[in-house]
Amino acid sequence: MKYKNLIISSPQELMFGKAPSPVKTRRGLIIGGGQVYSELNFTLPTMSINSNTVKRVNEHYREIAEGALERALHLNSKGVVLEFETLLEMTKTPQIGVDIVSIMNEVCEKYYQKHGLASEIRLTPNDLREFERPAKQRTSELIAPMMELFERGMEAGGDLVSIESTGGKEVSDDALMMCDIKAIMFALSVLGVRDMQFLWKKIVGLANKQGKIAAGDSACGFANTAMVLAEKKYIPKVFAALVRVISVVRSIVAMEEGAVGPDKDCGYEGPFLKAITGIPISMEGKTAACAHFSPIGNIASACTDLWSNESVQNIKLLSGMAPTAYMEQLEYDVRLMNVALKGGDQSCQLFQQLMVDSDVYTDPQALVLAPENVIRISKELLKGDSYVANAKNGALATLDIIEEAIASGQMELSEMETAYLPILREDLNSIPDSESEFIDMMLPLMDQSKFILEEYGL
Amino acid sequence: MSEILEKLFEAVEFGKADKASPFPPQLKGQDGANELTKNALDADVDPKDILEQALIPAMERVGKKFSEQKIFVPQMLMSAKAMGASMVQLKPFFASGKIKEKGTFIIGTVKGDLHDIGKNLVSMIVEGGGWKIVDLGVDVSEDKFLEKIDEYPNAVIGLSALLTTTMVNMEDIVKAIRTKKPDARVLIGGAPINDDFCQKIGADYYAADPQKAVEYLNKIAS
Ligand code: B1M
Repeated sequence: MKYKNLIISSPQELMFGKAPSPVKTRRGLIIGGGQVYSELNFTLPTMSINSNTVKRVNEHYREIAEGALERALHLNSKGVVLEFETLLEMTKTPQIGVDIVSIMNEVCEKYYQKHGLASEIRLTPNDLREFERPAKQRTSELIAPMMELFERGMEAGGDLVSIESTGGKEVSDDALMMCDIKAIMFALSVLGVRDMQFLWKKIVGLANKQGKIAAGDSACGFANTAMVLAEKKYIPKVFAALVRVISVVRSIVAMEEGAVGPDKDCGYEGPFLKAITGIPISMEGKTAACAHFSPIGNIASACTDLWSNESVQNIKLLSGMAPTAYMEQLEYDVRLMNVALKGGDQSCQLFQQLMVDSDVYTDPQALVLAPENVIRISKELLKGDSYVANAKNGALATLDIIEEAIASGQMELSEMETAYLPILREDLNSIPDSESEFIDMMLPLMDQSKFILEEYGL
Repeated sequence: MSEILEKLFEAVEFGKADKASPFPPQLKGQDGANELTKNALDADVDPKDILEQALIPAMERVGKKFSEQKIFVPQMLMSAKAMGASMVQLKPFFASGKIKEKGTFIIGTVKGDLHDIGKNLVSMIVEGGGWKIVDLGVDVSEDKFLEKIDEYPNAVIGLSALLTTTMVNMEDIVKAIRTKKPDARVLIGGAPINDDFCQKIGADYYAADPQKAVEYLNKIAS
């Protein structure tokens, strides 16, 4: 791993709205520069996307952008990011995605020129490669339309680019259901890392060519899937907390390849990335209940620089359209954070403490996001000489933290949960530090028909 | 229930597939579902009793424990594996028609959609309920469903979708199925689906979770 020391080494400095390496955007947002902005994410209501409906699809996105920015303006917003997460058809036929970016960019420009409201578009093409199984991560023909959408989408006004890439997911899907931590380690710290290196070289290259912002990736398909499953009580929360920490070594590769943040909202590994690299991040919590439930509603905002809602359908609520309503919720949340920031260090610390204390001991996944634990785990994530060793050390430190919280009586977990702790520790301890030794250990244990090693450069 | 069936019940309930399996720790070194089924057959226990008195009720208990949040998915998967290990021994009796599944359930995530965790859980639980599963995977078009309906004309069909832009594809699939086989039963599910949508597209039943799916299937099988 490129990083050897933490950029933020004290929990007090891991603060919302402030990042050591802020990101300045075209219309003047300074993300991580002393202010938190809203990041609104939205999607279509029930409808299909085809040549007959594409006009209506475009109208939806215009309506969403207009409604959201109008509300933001009304609420004296200091700036907004609109995240456009594409759906399959929009990436497969890049022109559809490009047109939507253009439409939203027009709206953003109008509000900027007319009212001085700065907004930017984060373009997040979906990873088409997962449509092929076993996945052809490096040779798939589906890479071309994805890259075309990145390139032309940036030209059309997408200033920040992200993706929820899926390298290793063919292994992690089953591993999550079996709570197989060794297979998760293989998926994230071997396959995931290698795929991120391949993919982010390309994305950073494209962004740099156009002077755009390569923002970051999210381990959504891994760690958020784990979180959603744990929330449904399908798998233990302690397991989901470990998956989150292990995902850091995979998502940080985007930064190693040149991404500068803000990392993506559904990547709850963001706080670790911020501590290690100093980039700004986006997070989502209670405001994402429209998309999925989570146990980290307040603590998620403790050190965020953009505050998001994950995704809401463009449907009518009593107040108005749902994305507009979510814009308002986000704006009120960021107002509070910004007032705290204005009040100086003491008020920020107090406000952060409240957000942390209200969640921290309710769930191990919240526990790992407390700033002092983020720093403690991040130190462990840098200690080793390989991604595998780093992920393992981070996961073992997480187990220590969970066990300490139980021993001190601050966190209560059911026996069903605690029964997993020694099993997870034993499995983690059995993993060698060297990547090649780990691969040799894992291959005989895995269903090799599910992935193609060459597609990961192995 | 005979002692051997009781043991088989226990092996499936706690996920002991075979003797070599280290799981669960409390049954380490003991015979698993595979050996116990073989022993039962050697002792002339009726294969139907094996299925109906041990395997299906054991999986029903597992499903109940799961829905009461007393176990996690991995334990349920281990039980499903144990049942699979027993089924290997029962295969010839299915082939000869001596014993039968409750029916066949064709399931898939609809075209354009890759979300399969929910679908996989439904498959597993329905299989544990004594149904034959034909899992078509993800991104499944109407043609693929129709192909399988040719092969299994009496099957119940299950469609899963997680995206607001793919749930609409269920309508095309239901239409195609109705055209080919008007009396086919179609069960649908997935996070954005509800009863209204089910009625609107002409599907037969909306199951909010795997248990509801099994209940519906068992109702129509009986
Ligand atoms: C036949 O009978 C039946 C009966 C019952 C049935 C049934 C069938 N099927 C399901 N059930 C029922 O029983 C199950 C057990 O209780 C339940 O199944 P569920 O599937 O509901 O529950 C599972 C056990 C756990 N839940 C899940 O597994 C889904 C959780 C969420 C967070 C989710 C996940 C995990 C994923 N995703 Co996706 N994802 C989301 C989901 C949020 C949500 N609210 O659902 C949703 C659905 N995704 C979304 C999106 C946008 C996307 N996702 C995508 C990808 C992924 C991952 C790969 C990262 C991962 C899927 C992993 C996998 N192998 O399935 C992309 C699309 C890929 C594609 N073409 O399908 C992508 C487009 C993201 C991107 N830009 O890349 C959103 C939908 C937006 C929309 N327009 O609808 C979303 C609401 C999250 C969000 N961003 O807000 C019941 O519904």
